[in-house]
Amino acid sequence: MAAPAQLGLQNAASPIMEELIAFHDHALMIIFLISSLVLYIISLMLTTKLTHTSTMNAQEIEMIWTILPAMILIMIALPSLRILYMTDEFNKPYLTLKAIGHQWYWSYEYSDYEDLAFDSYIMPTYFLEPGEFRLLEVDNRTTLPMEADIRVLISSQDVLHSWAVPSLGVKTDAIPGRLNQAMVASMRPGLYYGQCSEICGSNHSFMPIVLEFIYFQDFEVWASYLYIV
Amino acid sequence: MLDTQKPPRKKWWTPPFDPRFPNQNQTRNCYQNFLDYQRCVKTMSRRGKNSEPCEYYFRVYTSLCPTSWVQHWNEQIKDGTFAGKI
Repeated sequence: MAAPAQLGLQNAASPIMEELIAFHDHALMIIFLISSLVLYIISLMLTTKLTHTSTMNAQEIEMIWTILPAMILIMIALPSLRILYMTDEFNKPYLTLKAIGHQWYWSYEYSDYEDLAFDSYIMPTYFLEPGEFRLLEVDNRTTLPMEADIRVLISSQDVLHSWAVPSLGVKTDAIPGRLNQAMVASMRPGLYYGQCSEICGSNHSFMPIVLEFIYFQDFEVWASYLYIV
Repeated sequence: MLDTQKPPRKKWWTPPFDPRFPNQNQTRNCYQNFLDYQRCVKTMSRRGKNSEPCEYYFRVYTSLCPTSWVQHWNEQIKDGTFAGKI
């Protein structure tokens, strides 16, 4: 989850997020190089007495400043497309989870287990225990097995929502009448927090997502005995 | 939460990747399997056979479709207003 005054991205818990962070750093590096070069040239031009106001037909420099930016754009575009297709890549999923947006809560269905389904509401501030996070905790956490590929099918019952967990590199729109598929996997056990990321009405800020990744065996026990009335 | 009165829930297999629906949009995957199940049951009952082979479609659409959609469609089938050709 995010720390106070954090500047960078949240720590990665899935391979996709590792890729995204690496790509972010790569793009930022290029941006820094370009900005420093431009600033340097601006300062150079402002301070020099030499001018080239009558330069015509400078084919060499035209060639360089056309091809060089094109190469830089390709260097950004190719890794970007690679990650884009990687997020759509689908292995054999172990589990299917349905996340359905409502105004203003998420409901989850684990239909691989006959009738395992529950709603996940925000925890009101006055119910919080010390150490819990305001506006991020929910009453029923979405428990999932770690180190397993999980297919998440995201939809909505009313308006547009968006199911997002930054640590896992997932953000998928929940659209009424449509099922969107996303792949989720965590390499570590723990709690991952997310929030609705598509403005969906007055309580848009108050429908967080909490994923609890636990060991496989514990998950089996959790799933086979949990009955929410 | 631990209710020992009820038996433990059984985990079913989860639907595998379907090359007919390789995209992010899985709406059609859910609907097609629901339709296939209804068609399968209808054909089997017409031939007087056991509808057990249709179980596959049932598992797939149960895992993929939101329960509210399935309820809605089943009501439509009951009322005779379902749009799909079964």
